[in-house]
Amino acid sequence: MNDTSNENILEVDKVVMAFGGLMALFKPDFSVQRGIIKAIIGPNGAGKTTLFNVITGFFSPTEGTVRFKGQPISSLKTHEIADRGISRTFQTIELFGNMSVLENVMLGCHTRVRASFMAAGFCLPGARRKEKEIQERAMKILRFIGLADKCNDPADSLPLGEQKILEIGRALASEPELVCLDEPAAGLNETETHVASSLIKAINAKGVTVLLVEHDMKVVMNVSDEIVVLNYGQKIAEGPPKEIRNNPKVIEAYLGGDT
Amino acid sequence: MLRIGKLPISTFAFLIIIFPWVAHQIPGIEHYTDVMVFAGIYSLITIGLSLLMGYAGQISVGHAAFYGIGAYVSGILTARYGLNPWICMLAGISVAGAVALIVGAPCLKLKGHYLAMATLAFGIIIFIVFNEEAEWTGGPDGMSGIPGLSIFGFDFDSVEKYFYLVWGFVFAAFVFSVNIIQSGAGRALRAIHSSETAANAMGVNVSGYKVLVFVYSAVLASLAGSLYAHYLNFINPATFDLFFSIKLLIMIALGGMHNLWGAVIGAGIITFLNYEWLHYFEEFEVIVYGAILLVVVIFFPDGLAGIPDMLKKRLGKH
Ligand SMILES: Nc1ncnc2c1ncn2[C@@H]1O[C@H](COP(=O)(O)OP(=O)(O)OP(=O)(O)O)[C@@H](O)[C@H]1O
Ligand SMILES: [Mg+2]
Repeated sequence: MNDTSNENILEVDKVVMAFGGLMALFKPDFSVQRGIIKAIIGPNGAGKTTLFNVITGFFSPTEGTVRFKGQPISSLKTHEIADRGISRTFQTIELFGNMSVLENVMLGCHTRVRASFMAAGFCLPGARRKEKEIQERAMKILRFIGLADKCNDPADSLPLGEQKILEIGRALASEPELVCLDEPAAGLNETETHVASSLIKAINAKGVTVLLVEHDMKVVMNVSDEIVVLNYGQKIAEGPPKEIRNNPKVIEAYLGGDT
Repeated sequence: MLRIGKLPISTFAFLIIIFPWVAHQIPGIEHYTDVMVFAGIYSLITIGLSLLMGYAGQISVGHAAFYGIGAYVSGILTARYGLNPWICMLAGISVAGAVALIVGAPCLKLKGHYLAMATLAFGIIIFIVFNEEAEWTGGPDGMSGIPGLSIFGFDFDSVEKYFYLVWGFVFAAFVFSVNIIQSGAGRALRAIHSSETAANAMGVNVSGYKVLVFVYSAVLASLAGSLYAHYLNFINPATFDLFFSIKLLIMIALGGMHNLWGAVIGAGIITFLNYEWLHYFEEFEVIVYGAILLVVVIFFPDGLAGIPDMLKKRLGKH
């Protein structure tokens, strides 16, 4: 797009997310530059998934705002945020299990090519054409993620690794400007992890900004341009991978304290 | 499973067209055309329910209410106010659609058992209204004097004519619904069924679609109610009770709710059981319905329309 590369595509501004007395997020502050891969790391329960849920509108924050391309989005509904150009995957796989691999990706196109109930019902010529267009677009994505030969299999028949990859494919189908990946490498073996890493880089190379939550440090250090570290809902560090690796606070959060 | 081709639809249309003639040739089943009028009326409702339940995964145990709304709006406006039946039919559709919108928006936020309870309560309330608002509805005794249908001087005054009218509507609703299922909208409905979380994240307006398909199913039920009222020229509340809502569920469970053919097959079979084949059982009829539901749910979870797929899978394994 024609924006300058220095633009912040996403700004997380002092977001508080409280569940009863529990502060799952407590005023983390950071922004994401357009075009980069930014990782969010932190110990279990640090609030990473909660942050994704706030960004994508599943939770509305108790305090603070999230801005996407300069516009506050915290009051929007999840599907409206998806419309604006943020897509995501889930930590625990949320594929449409009873639908085929192809249909999963086709559904991802929902925000871009929309058929109305009426137009579909009366089978207006436009509706047919759109459906074809969606199918071609979805096949292109399946070739990109390497699942084209399984396009007619039910999604839940795929092995875990491919399900994770398929979720990424589905997220890409909406042509997002920002994609949030929640632990894409969790549960993958070494080869699959490698595939996932390359895929993340390939997505980014296409100009999509990536927000990545991941526990596998090899992946994080390998792909990300910047890292934010959360602990107990607070940001404790932010910077390029090299700095984060040697940051004593981060080492302390991971190794130490109360466990 | 999802593709419904042109050939089966044409075959189906052809069978329907020759049905009255065939029934007329075989002694003892001449009156089957009359039974088929009811099968068509019920099919209209089950087609909508199939989209709502089988595709979008939202249960309704109160659709007799929308059926009744169509019948009573048509009945009251024609018999009491002498309005044109077709306009009354449209009025019924509008009322049912509006009620579905108002009831559906809060109810469809509920899931599973809670949604079932809410729609059940809605059905019961409407049933009570039909009984109690006697000035309008005639109360438990019902109301008569509802005129038949005619268009441009052509009267639908015989069973055969009405048969073609009703099945014309069924055919239109069927094709319209098939088109929806095979489009992005249908995919969105199935996605909602599978994971609301993911559907939302992919930009599907989940609550919007749920209400939309609920309204659609209510409109079809209302249309069926109007056709019923103008066919029998008489209606009473008992037709629209809770048991009818449950019978509708038995129809789509028996036929198979993940397949639009199932809606028509289930409606057809239950109608014939109801009007023809279950007389011997008299008041034990309910037990037969219960048994059917039990057998289907346990042995054919995808209903009769799902049997070909089931066999294919079985044979494929060996
Ligand atoms: N819907 C919810 N209701 C109540 N508490 C919640 C909810 N979602 C998350 N939490 C709590 O918020 C905290 C942060 O959880 P979150 O899932 O964001 O952690 P995470 O960083 O993603 O951890 P992990 O690495 O294990 O995925 C946890 O204490 C969790 O129990
Ligand atoms: Mg998490």
